[in-house]
Amino acid sequence: MTNQAFVTIKNAAKSYGNLEVLKDINLTVERGQIVAIIGPSGSGKSTLLRAINELDPLTSGEVWLEDVQINKKLPFRQYEAHVNQVRQDIGMVFQHFNLFPHLTVRGNITLAPRMLKGLSEADANKLAEEQLAKVGLSEKIDEYPSRLSGGQKQRVAIARALAMKPKVMLFDEATSALDPELVEEVNQVMKQLAEEHMTMIIVTHEMDFAASVCDRVLFMDQGVVVEEGPPSVIFQNPKEERTRNFLRKHLSR
Amino acid sequence: MDYELILRVYPFFIEAAWVTIQLSILTALLGLTCGALGAAARMSRLAVFRWIGATYVSIIRGTPALIQIFILYFGGPQIGIQLDSFSAGTIALGVNIGAYMTETIRGAIQSVDRGQTEAARTLGMGRWETMRKVVLPQAARMMIRPLGVNINALIKGTALVAPISVVELTYTAQRFIGSTYKPFEMFLLSGLLYMIIIYAVGQVINWLDRRARIT
Ligand SMILES: Nc1ncnc2c1ncn2[C@@H]1O[C@H](COP(=O)(O)OP(=O)(O)OP(=O)(O)O)[C@@H](O)[C@H]1O
Ligand SMILES: [Mg+2]
Repeated sequence: MTNQAFVTIKNAAKSYGNLEVLKDINLTVERGQIVAIIGPSGSGKSTLLRAINELDPLTSGEVWLEDVQINKKLPFRQYEAHVNQVRQDIGMVFQHFNLFPHLTVRGNITLAPRMLKGLSEADANKLAEEQLAKVGLSEKIDEYPSRLSGGQKQRVAIARALAMKPKVMLFDEATSALDPELVEEVNQVMKQLAEEHMTMIIVTHEMDFAASVCDRVLFMDQGVVVEEGPPSVIFQNPKEERTRNFLRKHLSR
Repeated sequence: MDYELILRVYPFFIEAAWVTIQLSILTALLGLTCGALGAAARMSRLAVFRWIGATYVSIIRGTPALIQIFILYFGGPQIGIQLDSFSAGTIALGVNIGAYMTETIRGAIQSVDRGQTEAARTLGMGRWETMRKVVLPQAARMMIRPLGVNINALIKGTALVAPISVVELTYTAQRFIGSTYKPFEMFLLSGLLYMIIIYAVGQVINWLDRRARIT
Protein backbone atom coordinates (compact mmCIF):
# COMPACT_ATOMS: atom_id res chain seq x y z
CA MET A 1 0.00 0.00 0.00
CA THR A 2 1.45 3.33 -0.95
CA ASN A 3 0.51 6.83 0.13
CA GLN A 4 -0.17 5.59 3.58
CA ALA A 5 0.95 7.95 6.29
CA PHE A 6 3.27 6.04 8.57
CA VAL A 7 4.96 8.67 10.68
CA THR A 8 2.97 11.85 11.08
CA ILE A 9 4.13 15.01 12.79
CA LYS A 10 1.49 17.71 13.25
CA ASN A 11 2.14 21.29 14.30
CA ALA A 12 5.24 20.32 16.20
CA ALA A 13 6.72 23.02 18.40
CA LYS A 14 9.43 22.90 20.99
CA SER A 15 10.99 25.53 23.21
CA TYR A 16 13.77 25.54 25.74
CA GLY A 17 12.78 28.47 27.91
CA ASN A 18 12.52 31.40 25.53
CA LEU A 19 14.38 29.64 22.76
CA GLU A 20 12.02 28.27 20.11
CA VAL A 21 13.83 25.32 18.63
CA LEU A 22 10.98 23.93 16.50
CA LYS A 23 8.20 26.09 15.11
CA ASP A 24 5.04 24.52 13.72
CA ILE A 25 6.56 21.62 11.83
CA ASN A 26 4.41 19.26 9.79
CA LEU A 27 5.72 16.11 8.22
CA THR A 28 4.30 12.86 6.95
CA VAL A 29 6.46 9.93 6.04
CA GLU A 30 4.94 7.07 4.12
CA ARG A 31 5.66 3.42 4.63
CA GLY A 32 8.97 2.53 3.04
CA GLN A 33 9.88 6.13 2.41
CA ILE A 34 13.33 7.47 3.15
CA VAL A 35 13.50 11.06 4.23
CA ALA A 36 16.66 13.08 4.74
CA ILE A 37 16.74 16.09 7.03
CA ILE A 38 19.49 18.58 6.24
CA GLY A 39 20.23 22.05 7.54
CA PRO A 40 22.78 24.14 9.39
CA SER A 41 23.98 23.35 12.89
CA GLY A 42 21.45 24.32 15.55
CA SER A 43 18.53 24.34 13.12
CA GLY A 44 16.65 21.73 15.19
CA LYS A 45 17.25 18.54 13.19
CA SER A 46 18.21 16.41 16.16
CA THR A 47 15.47 17.88 18.27
CA LEU A 48 12.86 16.95 15.66
CA LEU A 49 14.23 13.43 15.30
CA ARG A 50 14.38 12.94 19.07
CA ALA A 51 10.82 14.18 19.40
CA ILE A 52 9.65 11.26 17.29
CA ASN A 53 10.54 8.73 19.96
CA GLU A 54 9.91 11.02 22.94
CA LEU A 55 13.57 11.41 23.89
CA ASP A 56 12.97 15.17 23.73
CA PRO A 57 9.19 15.56 24.03
CA LEU A 58 7.53 18.35 22.08
CA THR A 59 6.12 21.40 23.81
CA SER A 60 3.05 21.14 21.61
CA GLY A 61 1.91 19.22 18.56
CA GLU A 62 1.43 15.55 17.83
CA VAL A 63 3.57 12.64 16.72
CA TRP A 64 1.95 9.50 15.34
CA LEU A 65 3.25 6.14 14.24
CA GLU A 66 0.51 4.59 12.11
CA ASP A 67 -2.60 4.92 14.27
CA VAL A 68 -0.81 5.32 17.60
CA GLN A 69 -0.11 8.71 19.04
CA ILE A 70 3.38 8.55 20.44
CA ASN A 71 3.35 11.71 22.56
CA LYS A 72 0.13 11.06 24.40
CA LYS A 73 -0.36 12.94 27.65
CA LEU A 74 -0.82 10.27 30.31
CA PRO A 75 -0.26 9.84 34.04
CA PHE A 76 3.36 8.98 34.75
CA ARG A 77 3.13 5.19 35.00
CA GLN A 78 0.88 4.78 32.00
CA TYR A 79 3.03 7.19 30.04
CA GLU A 80 6.15 5.16 30.82
CA ALA A 81 4.49 1.90 29.81
CA HIS A 82 3.21 3.55 26.64
CA VAL A 83 6.55 4.98 25.50
CA ASN A 84 8.37 1.77 26.36
CA GLN A 85 5.95 -0.01 24.07
CA VAL A 86 6.05 2.39 21.11
CA ARG A 87 9.83 2.82 21.28
CA GLN A 88 10.20 -0.87 20.48
CA ASP A 89 8.90 -0.01 17.02
CA ILE A 90 11.28 2.90 16.49
CA GLY A 91 14.96 2.16 16.04
CA MET A 92 17.45 4.93 16.65
CA VAL A 93 21.10 5.27 15.71
CA PHE A 94 23.23 7.94 17.35
CA GLN A 95 26.22 9.91 16.21
CA HIS A 96 28.34 8.48 19.02
CA PHE A 97 27.04 4.89 18.73
CA ASN A 98 26.23 4.56 22.43
CA LEU A 99 27.08 0.88 22.51
CA PHE A 100 27.02 -0.66 25.99
CA PRO A 101 30.73 -0.98 26.82
CA HIS A 102 30.24 -3.59 29.56
CA LEU A 103 28.56 -6.04 27.18
CA THR A 104 29.91 -7.96 24.21
CA VAL A 105 28.52 -7.34 20.75
CA ARG A 106 26.18 -10.27 21.35
CA GLY A 107 25.10 -8.80 24.69
CA ASN A 108 24.48 -5.42 23.11
CA ILE A 109 22.20 -6.92 20.49
CA THR A 110 20.34 -9.41 22.68
CA LEU A 111 19.81 -7.34 25.84
CA ALA A 112 16.61 -5.59 24.83
CA PRO A 113 15.02 -8.47 22.86
CA ARG A 114 15.61 -10.82 25.77
CA MET A 115 14.24 -8.44 28.37
CA LEU A 116 11.36 -7.02 26.41
CA LYS A 117 10.33 -9.83 24.12
CA GLY A 118 11.23 -12.68 26.44
CA LEU A 119 13.37 -14.42 23.84
CA SER A 120 15.11 -17.58 24.98
CA GLU A 121 18.89 -17.56 24.99
CA ALA A 122 19.00 -19.73 21.88
CA ASP A 123 16.55 -17.55 19.97
CA ALA A 124 18.36 -14.42 21.05
CA ASN A 125 21.67 -15.84 19.87
CA LYS A 126 20.18 -16.71 16.54
CA LEU A 127 18.81 -13.21 16.26
CA ALA A 128 22.21 -11.71 17.06
CA GLU A 129 23.86 -13.88 14.43
CA GLU A 130 21.29 -12.89 11.81
CA GLN A 131 21.58 -9.20 12.51
CA LEU A 132 25.37 -9.27 12.58
CA ALA A 133 25.51 -11.16 9.31
CA LYS A 134 23.39 -8.38 7.83
CA VAL A 135 25.91 -5.74 8.80
CA GLY A 136 28.83 -7.98 7.87
CA LEU A 137 30.28 -8.46 11.34
CA SER A 138 29.57 -12.08 12.17
CA GLU A 139 33.10 -12.71 13.37
CA LYS A 140 32.89 -9.95 16.00
CA ILE A 141 30.04 -11.48 17.99
CA ASP A 142 32.07 -12.12 21.15
CA GLU A 143 34.14 -8.94 20.97
CA TYR A 144 33.70 -6.01 23.34
CA PRO A 145 32.88 -2.63 21.74
CA SER A 146 36.19 -1.13 22.84
CA ARG A 147 37.93 -3.46 20.37
CA LEU A 148 35.95 -2.33 17.34
CA SER A 149 36.65 0.48 14.91
CA GLY A 150 34.20 3.37 14.70
CA GLY A 151 32.60 2.00 11.57
CA GLN A 152 32.21 -1.42 13.13
CA LYS A 153 30.72 0.11 16.27
CA GLN A 154 28.12 1.94 14.25
CA ARG A 155 27.24 -1.20 12.30
CA VAL A 156 26.75 -3.04 15.59
CA ALA A 157 24.57 -0.17 16.82
CA ILE A 158 22.45 -0.54 13.69
CA ALA A 159 22.22 -4.30 14.24
CA ARG A 160 21.18 -3.67 17.84
CA ALA A 161 18.37 -1.38 16.71
CA LEU A 162 17.26 -3.78 13.97
CA ALA A 163 17.09 -6.68 16.42
CA MET A 164 13.96 -5.10 17.88
CA LYS A 165 12.36 -5.39 14.42
CA PRO A 166 11.41 -1.71 14.31
CA LYS A 167 8.92 -0.28 11.87
CA VAL A 168 10.98 2.84 11.33
CA MET A 169 14.62 3.75 11.81
CA LEU A 170 15.93 7.15 12.87
CA PHE A 171 19.52 8.10 12.15
CA ASP A 172 21.08 11.16 13.78
CA GLU A 173 24.29 11.89 11.87
CA ALA A 174 25.29 8.25 11.99
CA THR A 175 28.55 8.87 10.15
CA SER A 176 29.59 12.28 11.49
CA ALA A 177 31.88 10.90 14.17
CA LEU A 178 33.66 8.53 11.80
CA ASP A 179 36.99 8.86 10.05
CA PRO A 180 36.33 9.51 6.35
CA GLU A 181 37.52 6.09 5.26
CA LEU A 182 34.99 4.39 7.58
CA VAL A 183 31.95 6.31 6.38
CA GLU A 184 31.31 4.15 3.36
CA GLU A 185 30.85 0.86 5.24
CA VAL A 186 28.08 2.43 7.33
CA ASN A 187 26.48 4.08 4.32
CA GLN A 188 26.51 0.69 2.64
CA VAL A 189 24.47 -0.83 5.46
CA MET A 190 21.98 2.03 5.27
CA LYS A 191 21.67 1.61 1.50
CA GLN A 192 20.95 -2.05 2.01
CA LEU A 193 18.16 -1.14 4.46
CA ALA A 194 16.80 1.23 1.84
CA GLU A 195 16.67 -1.62 -0.65
CA GLU A 196 14.69 -3.62 1.87
CA HIS A 197 12.21 -0.74 2.05
CA MET A 198 12.82 0.13 5.65
CA THR A 199 11.13 3.40 6.53
CA MET A 200 13.92 5.77 7.52
CA ILE A 201 14.39 9.33 8.67
CA ILE A 202 17.99 10.36 8.31
CA VAL A 203 19.60 13.50 9.67
CA THR A 204 22.79 13.95 7.71
CA HIS A 205 25.46 16.36 6.54
CA GLU A 206 26.35 14.15 3.60
CA MET A 207 24.56 15.59 0.65
CA ASP A 208 25.75 12.94 -1.81
CA PHE A 209 24.40 10.21 0.35
CA ALA A 210 21.08 12.00 0.83
CA ALA A 211 20.82 12.52 -2.91
CA SER A 212 21.51 8.90 -3.78
CA VAL A 213 19.42 7.13 -1.14
CA CYS A 214 16.52 9.34 -0.12
CA ASP A 215 13.09 9.82 -1.64
CA ARG A 216 12.60 13.19 -0.05
CA VAL A 217 14.79 15.88 1.44
CA LEU A 218 13.76 18.39 4.09
CA PHE A 219 15.82 21.51 4.50
CA MET A 220 15.49 22.99 7.99
CA ASP A 221 16.69 26.32 9.28
CA GLN A 222 16.00 28.02 12.60
CA GLY A 223 13.34 25.57 13.63
CA VAL A 224 11.25 25.57 10.48
CA VAL A 225 11.13 23.41 7.38
CA VAL A 226 12.22 25.93 4.77
CA GLU A 227 11.78 23.68 1.79
CA GLU A 228 11.13 20.05 0.98
CA GLY A 229 10.96 17.89 -2.10
CA PRO A 230 12.65 15.12 -4.02
CA PRO A 231 16.45 15.27 -3.98
CA SER A 232 16.55 16.22 -7.67
CA VAL A 233 14.63 19.41 -6.91
CA ILE A 234 16.23 20.30 -3.58
CA PHE A 235 19.80 19.73 -4.72
CA GLN A 236 19.59 20.94 -8.31
CA ASN A 237 16.78 23.41 -8.35
CA PRO A 238 15.93 24.79 -4.91
CA LYS A 239 13.39 27.60 -4.78
CA GLU A 240 14.43 29.22 -1.54
CA GLU A 241 17.38 31.54 -1.17
CA ARG A 242 18.28 30.02 2.22
CA THR A 243 18.44 26.54 0.74
CA ARG A 244 20.69 27.76 -2.07
CA ASN A 245 23.04 29.46 0.38
CA PHE A 246 23.27 26.40 2.53
CA LEU A 247 23.90 24.08 -0.40
CA ARG A 248 26.51 26.37 -1.92
CA LYS A 249 28.56 25.94 1.24
CA HIS A 250 28.01 22.22 1.51
CA LEU A 251 28.19 21.03 -2.06
CA SER A 252 31.32 22.93 -2.98
CA ARG A 253 33.43 21.05 -0.46
CA MET B 1 61.22 2.03 73.78
CA ASP B 2 59.87 -0.47 76.28
CA TYR B 3 59.70 -3.71 74.26
CA GLU B 4 58.95 -5.81 77.26
CA LEU B 5 55.84 -3.78 77.96
CA ILE B 6 54.74 -4.10 74.34
CA LEU B 7 55.11 -7.88 74.49
CA ARG B 8 53.07 -7.92 77.67
CA VAL B 9 50.16 -5.84 76.45
CA TYR B 10 49.93 -6.74 72.77
CA PRO B 11 47.36 -9.55 73.21
CA PHE B 12 44.95 -6.91 74.50
CA PHE B 13 45.65 -4.81 71.45
CA ILE B 14 44.99 -7.75 69.14
CA GLU B 15 41.65 -8.21 70.81
CA ALA B 16 40.97 -4.49 70.43
CA ALA B 17 41.96 -4.65 66.76
CA TRP B 18 39.35 -7.34 66.29
CA VAL B 19 36.74 -5.00 67.76
CA THR B 20 37.91 -2.26 65.38
CA ILE B 21 37.56 -4.70 62.47
CA GLN B 22 34.04 -5.72 63.51
CA LEU B 23 33.10 -2.11 63.97
CA SER B 24 34.51 -1.29 60.52
CA ILE B 25 32.70 -4.12 58.75
CA LEU B 26 29.33 -3.37 60.33
CA THR B 27 29.74 0.34 59.75
CA ALA B 28 30.68 -0.23 56.11
CA LEU B 29 27.64 -2.43 55.54
CA LEU B 30 25.31 0.05 57.20
CA GLY B 31 27.01 2.90 55.34
CA LEU B 32 26.60 1.20 51.97
CA THR B 33 22.92 0.61 52.71
CA CYS B 34 22.40 4.23 53.72
CA GLY B 35 24.46 5.32 50.72
CA ALA B 36 22.39 3.29 48.26
CA LEU B 37 19.13 4.53 49.76
CA GLY B 38 20.46 8.08 49.96
CA ALA B 39 21.56 8.04 46.32
CA ALA B 40 18.19 6.63 45.23
CA ALA B 41 16.46 9.38 47.19
CA ARG B 42 18.74 12.09 45.78
CA MET B 43 17.95 11.00 42.22
CA SER B 44 14.26 10.30 42.76
CA ARG B 45 11.59 11.60 40.44
CA LEU B 46 9.74 12.86 43.49
CA ALA B 47 10.80 16.12 45.11
CA VAL B 48 10.05 14.90 48.65
CA PHE B 49 12.61 12.13 48.37
CA ARG B 50 15.16 14.43 46.79
CA TRP B 51 14.66 16.82 49.70
CA ILE B 52 15.03 14.05 52.28
CA GLY B 53 18.22 12.83 50.60
CA ALA B 54 19.73 16.31 50.36
CA THR B 55 18.85 17.12 53.97
CA TYR B 56 20.38 13.88 55.23
CA VAL B 57 23.61 14.58 53.40
CA SER B 58 23.88 18.20 54.46
CA ILE B 59 23.10 17.57 58.13
CA ILE B 60 25.58 14.73 58.40
CA ARG B 61 28.32 16.47 56.49
CA GLY B 62 27.70 19.75 58.29
CA THR B 63 28.29 18.43 61.82
CA PRO B 64 31.23 16.64 63.48
CA ALA B 65 30.93 12.85 63.59
CA LEU B 66 31.88 12.98 67.27
CA ILE B 67 28.81 15.13 68.00
CA GLN B 68 26.63 12.67 66.08
CA ILE B 69 27.98 9.81 68.18
CA PHE B 70 27.42 11.76 71.40
CA ILE B 71 23.89 12.73 70.43
CA LEU B 72 22.95 9.12 69.84
CA TYR B 73 24.76 7.62 72.83
CA PHE B 74 24.32 10.28 75.51
CA GLY B 75 21.27 12.05 74.14
CA GLY B 76 19.44 8.94 72.97
CA PRO B 77 18.22 7.76 76.41
CA GLN B 78 16.52 11.12 76.89
CA ILE B 79 14.24 10.39 73.93
CA GLY B 80 13.89 6.72 74.69
CA ILE B 81 16.73 5.27 72.61
CA GLN B 82 18.83 3.11 74.90
CA LEU B 83 21.84 1.57 73.16
CA ASP B 84 25.03 -0.05 74.37
CA SER B 85 28.14 1.81 73.31
CA PHE B 86 29.12 -0.60 70.52
CA SER B 87 25.69 -0.41 68.87
CA ALA B 88 25.48 3.36 69.25
CA GLY B 89 28.95 3.74 67.78
CA THR B 90 28.21 1.46 64.85
CA ILE B 91 24.91 3.12 64.01
CA ALA B 92 26.23 6.67 64.32
CA LEU B 93 29.33 5.93 62.24
CA GLY B 94 27.34 3.96 59.64
CA VAL B 95 24.79 6.71 59.17
CA ASN B 96 27.65 9.20 59.03
CA ILE B 97 29.69 7.45 56.35
CA GLY B 98 26.44 6.68 54.50
CA ALA B 99 26.06 10.39 53.73
CA TYR B 100 29.47 10.48 52.08
CA MET B 101 28.74 7.24 50.27
CA THR B 102 25.46 8.73 49.04
CA GLU B 103 27.44 11.34 47.17
CA THR B 104 29.98 8.80 45.93
CA ILE B 105 27.31 6.49 44.55
CA ARG B 106 25.30 9.31 43.04
CA GLY B 107 28.42 10.77 41.46
CA ALA B 108 29.35 7.45 39.85
CA ILE B 109 25.84 6.90 38.51
CA GLN B 110 25.68 10.40 37.08
CA SER B 111 29.08 10.06 35.48
CA VAL B 112 27.76 7.33 33.17
CA ASP B 113 27.27 8.91 29.75
CA ARG B 114 23.70 10.04 29.13
CA GLY B 115 23.90 8.40 25.73
CA GLN B 116 23.86 5.02 27.49
CA THR B 117 20.49 5.72 29.04
CA GLU B 118 19.21 7.16 25.79
CA ALA B 119 20.25 4.09 23.84
CA ALA B 120 18.58 1.74 26.31
CA ARG B 121 15.39 3.79 26.56
CA THR B 122 15.23 4.04 22.77
CA LEU B 123 15.18 0.27 22.55
CA GLY B 124 12.10 0.32 24.79
CA MET B 125 13.73 -0.54 28.11
CA GLY B 126 12.11 1.02 31.18
CA ARG B 127 13.72 3.32 33.71
CA TRP B 128 14.53 0.59 36.22
CA GLU B 129 15.59 -1.95 33.57
CA THR B 130 17.95 0.65 32.13
CA MET B 131 19.36 1.45 35.56
CA ARG B 132 19.88 -2.20 36.44
CA LYS B 133 21.25 -3.54 33.17
CA VAL B 134 23.04 -0.58 31.65
CA VAL B 135 23.84 2.21 34.10
CA LEU B 136 24.60 0.40 37.37
CA PRO B 137 27.03 -2.14 35.92
CA GLN B 138 29.05 0.74 34.51
CA ALA B 139 28.69 2.94 37.59
CA ALA B 140 29.70 0.06 39.88
CA ARG B 141 33.15 -0.05 38.33
CA MET B 142 33.59 3.65 38.79
CA MET B 143 32.45 3.48 42.42
CA ILE B 144 35.01 1.00 43.67
CA ARG B 145 37.87 3.45 44.15
CA PRO B 146 35.93 6.35 45.70
CA LEU B 147 34.04 3.95 47.97
CA GLY B 148 37.47 2.64 48.95
CA VAL B 149 38.38 6.17 49.99
CA ASN B 150 35.17 6.36 52.07
CA ILE B 151 35.95 3.04 53.73
CA ASN B 152 39.50 4.14 54.49
CA ALA B 153 38.09 7.25 56.22
CA LEU B 154 35.57 5.11 58.04
CA ILE B 155 38.22 2.79 59.49
CA LYS B 156 40.16 5.74 60.81
CA GLY B 157 36.90 7.25 62.00
CA THR B 158 36.22 4.27 64.27
CA ALA B 159 38.67 5.87 66.69
CA LEU B 160 35.89 8.35 67.44
CA VAL B 161 33.99 5.77 69.48
CA ALA B 162 36.76 5.62 72.09
CA PRO B 163 35.16 8.45 74.11
CA ILE B 164 32.01 6.38 74.57
CA SER B 165 34.13 3.48 75.88
CA VAL B 166 33.98 0.99 73.06
CA VAL B 167 37.01 -1.18 73.73
CA GLU B 168 38.64 -0.74 70.34
CA LEU B 169 42.21 0.23 69.46
CA THR B 170 42.24 3.86 70.51
CA TYR B 171 40.37 3.26 73.76
CA THR B 172 42.67 0.38 74.60
CA ALA B 173 45.75 2.52 74.03
CA GLN B 174 44.35 5.22 76.32
CA ARG B 175 43.48 2.69 78.99
CA PHE B 176 47.00 1.25 79.08
CA ILE B 177 48.52 4.71 79.12
CA GLY B 178 46.55 5.37 82.31
CA SER B 179 48.28 2.46 84.03
CA THR B 180 51.73 2.48 82.36
CA TYR B 181 52.44 6.15 81.53
CA LYS B 182 53.95 5.05 78.19
CA PRO B 183 51.89 6.93 75.57
CA PHE B 184 54.57 6.63 72.89
CA GLU B 185 54.59 2.82 72.90
CA MET B 186 50.84 2.49 73.32
CA PHE B 187 49.83 4.85 70.54
CA LEU B 188 52.53 3.47 68.27
CA LEU B 189 51.19 -0.03 68.77
CA SER B 190 47.61 0.94 68.03
CA GLY B 191 48.73 3.04 65.06
CA LEU B 192 50.59 0.08 63.64
CA LEU B 193 47.54 -2.14 63.92
CA TYR B 194 45.35 0.49 62.21
CA MET B 195 47.90 0.60 59.42
CA ILE B 196 47.79 -3.15 58.92
CA ILE B 197 44.00 -3.15 58.75
CA ILE B 198 43.94 -0.22 56.31
CA TYR B 199 46.64 -1.77 54.17
CA ALA B 200 44.76 -5.06 53.94
CA VAL B 201 41.50 -3.34 53.01
CA GLY B 202 43.38 -1.23 50.45
CA GLN B 203 44.67 -4.41 48.83
CA VAL B 204 41.16 -5.82 48.60
CA ILE B 205 39.92 -2.58 46.99
CA ASN B 206 42.80 -2.64 44.50
CA TRP B 207 42.02 -6.21 43.60
CA LEU B 208 38.33 -5.47 43.08
CA ASP B 209 39.21 -2.43 40.99
CA ARG B 210 41.61 -4.37 38.79
CA ARG B 211 39.10 -7.13 38.27
CA ALA B 212 36.43 -4.63 37.27
CA ARG B 213 38.75 -3.12 34.69
CA ILE B 214 39.53 -6.30 32.83
CA THR B 215 36.82 -5.80 30.23
N1 LIG C 1 18.69 20.57 26.21
C1 LIG C 1 18.74 21.77 25.59
N2 LIG C 1 18.59 22.90 26.29
C2 LIG C 1 18.61 24.10 25.67
N3 LIG C 1 18.78 24.27 24.37
C3 LIG C 1 18.94 23.17 23.61
C4 LIG C 1 18.91 21.86 24.17
N4 LIG C 1 19.09 20.96 23.18
C5 LIG C 1 19.20 21.68 22.05
N5 LIG C 1 19.11 23.00 22.29
C6 LIG C 1 19.17 24.07 21.29
O1 LIG C 1 18.23 23.78 20.31
C7 LIG C 1 18.70 24.18 19.04
C8 LIG C 1 18.57 23.05 18.07
O2 LIG C 1 19.44 22.01 18.45
P1 LIG C 1 19.61 20.66 17.62
O3 LIG C 1 20.55 19.81 18.38
O4 LIG C 1 18.28 20.11 17.32
O5 LIG C 1 20.29 21.18 16.29
P2 LIG C 1 20.83 20.33 15.07
O6 LIG C 1 20.14 20.86 13.86
O7 LIG C 1 20.74 18.89 15.35
O8 LIG C 1 22.35 20.80 15.02
P3 LIG C 1 23.67 19.96 14.68
O9 LIG C 1 23.74 19.89 13.19
O10 LIG C 1 24.77 20.77 15.27
O11 LIG C 1 23.53 18.61 15.32
C9 LIG C 1 20.11 24.68 19.23
O12 LIG C 1 20.08 26.09 19.27
C10 LIG C 1 20.51 24.13 20.58
O13 LIG C 1 21.39 24.98 21.22
MG1 LIG D 1 22.13 17.36 15.74
